[in-house]
Amino acid sequence: MFYALLCYHQEDVVCAWTKEEDDAVMRKLAVVQERLAREGRLGPVARLLPTTAATTLRKDQDPPLVLDGPFAETKEQLLGFYLLDCENLEEALGIARELGAANPGGSYEIRPVGLFVDGGARP
Amino acid sequence: MDEARWIGTTLAAARPQALAALLRYFRDLDLAEEAFQEACLRALRTWPQNGPPRDAAAWLAFVGRNVALDTVRRRAKQTELPPEEALSDTGDAEAEIAERLDGADYRDDVLRLLFICCHPDLPTTQQIALALRIVSGLSVRQIARAFLVTEAAMEQRITRAKARIGKADVPFEPPGPVERAERLGVVAAMVYLVFNEGYSAAGDTSAAREPLCEEAIRLARLLLRLFPAEPEVMGLAALMLLQHARAGARFDADGATILLDRQDRALWNRPMIAEGLALLDKAMRHRRPGPYQVQAAIAALHARAPAAEDTDWAQIELLYGTLEIMQPSPVVTLNRAVAVAKLRGPEAALALVEPLGDKLAGYFHYHGLRGALLMQLGRTREAREGFMTAIGLATTAAEAAHIRTHLDGLSQG
Repeated sequence: MFYALLCYHQEDVVCAWTKEEDDAVMRKLAVVQERLAREGRLGPVARLLPTTAATTLRKDQDPPLVLDGPFAETKEQLLGFYLLDCENLEEALGIARELGAANPGGSYEIRPVGLFVDGGARP
Repeated sequence: MDEARWIGTTLAAARPQALAALLRYFRDLDLAEEAFQEACLRALRTWPQNGPPRDAAAWLAFVGRNVALDTVRRRAKQTELPPEEALSDTGDAEAEIAERLDGADYRDDVLRLLFICCHPDLPTTQQIALALRIVSGLSVRQIARAFLVTEAAMEQRITRAKARIGKADVPFEPPGPVERAERLGVVAAMVYLVFNEGYSAAGDTSAAREPLCEEAIRLARLLLRLFPAEPEVMGLAALMLLQHARAGARFDADGATILLDRQDRALWNRPMIAEGLALLDKAMRHRRPGPYQVQAAIAALHARAPAAEDTDWAQIELLYGTLEIMQPSPVVTLNRAVAVAKLRGPEAALALVEPLGDKLAGYFHYHGLRGALLMQLGRTREAREGFMTAIGLATTAAEAAHIRTHLDGLSQG
């Protein structure tokens, strides 16, 4: 089963990290990611730019409306995601706990993936 | 990151919002700061046991307000408010203030907090120091280090600035649209001043001053979250990100300036460039150009060029031409001359530079560029004179060192 791990965190807190703190978190996360990759359980991983760089297309009207900023104003913002190949929820939760230990604060939403298309494009 | 560190970061991140709300409530900067301090102390005491609240800024504003009111009431021998431990962080009272923090009030609160630091009576250095102290919450020691002055001198500077704005009449009614736009413009200019204070530092002091650039970017992101559809705020954030992305490549090991065309572009910060380009892209959709967007567009052309030779100088010349119309200044014309030199050679550029002599006689970069153009034209004696004048006007060792390499080149040639 594929699971999406959606990473929510308070953006202003993450943006207030010093470069050293940010680097330290990324290094710890990389250790977990490398192991998951070796085990063949790691799909695409993305860290998103701040929500201030986001644009939203509202389709509830015609023509759709383009708005600056993220879709919803929330206390914690979607800052990145992982796609993971796991046997079951328990395993996905285990990985989430491990990643959480490397990156304190915030929440992970674990969502089973219904359809996955690897379009092949790479940044 | 351990827990204490995490709480520290959270408190720092929540500061502008919480302090701004407290300022609206108390209408007194000292009292608001005191209340915020008190709330932070309580947070350090209770968060490790109770866990951090969902909305730290709302919690701090609420607790800060109650603590200060409590003090006032105790003096008046009235009943105490319940201790904040008894207040659930999802309780109605907090929900109410949280809602207010989310609303339009809160946006104007933060803008007001920034705006009072921009009082026109204050010299720019005091505006910057005040914003760093009040809004960003940097310690006097940190600010003093960034300005290369003693802590005592900075303390005095901030106290004086505070006394001045204390006497000033800050309007607490929500501003109208025109007034809001004006405030936003003034605040954006102040944020860019904070950035330049860090960015214009020489190589040997750049490390101490880099936090100013980071702080300015943080303030711009804060403004963007409050005013997400303002193209000039996007432009300002983009400009600072694109410039700061080069920080790692701007100075050599001895602290001498490395000009843009000699920088190792592999050292440029790619995520920062990506964010800057994305913001500029968003801004341009609004078709409401302004000076920050134009300057960001120029920085973007440098950022997009894989190597110095790939730079689109024709587009850069056009953009400086646009900037000359928006914000006429001999310094902008001087910058356009750099693009002209790349496009049409030193003679055409010199024709543009020479008439600026009256206005820019005391400007280091004028003499530096003029000297370089004369050198390219083989007018060695005049070039040397130009470089000597430039060295006399250099404000940093890095600038002087850079000109000296030109002079050395002349003697060898």
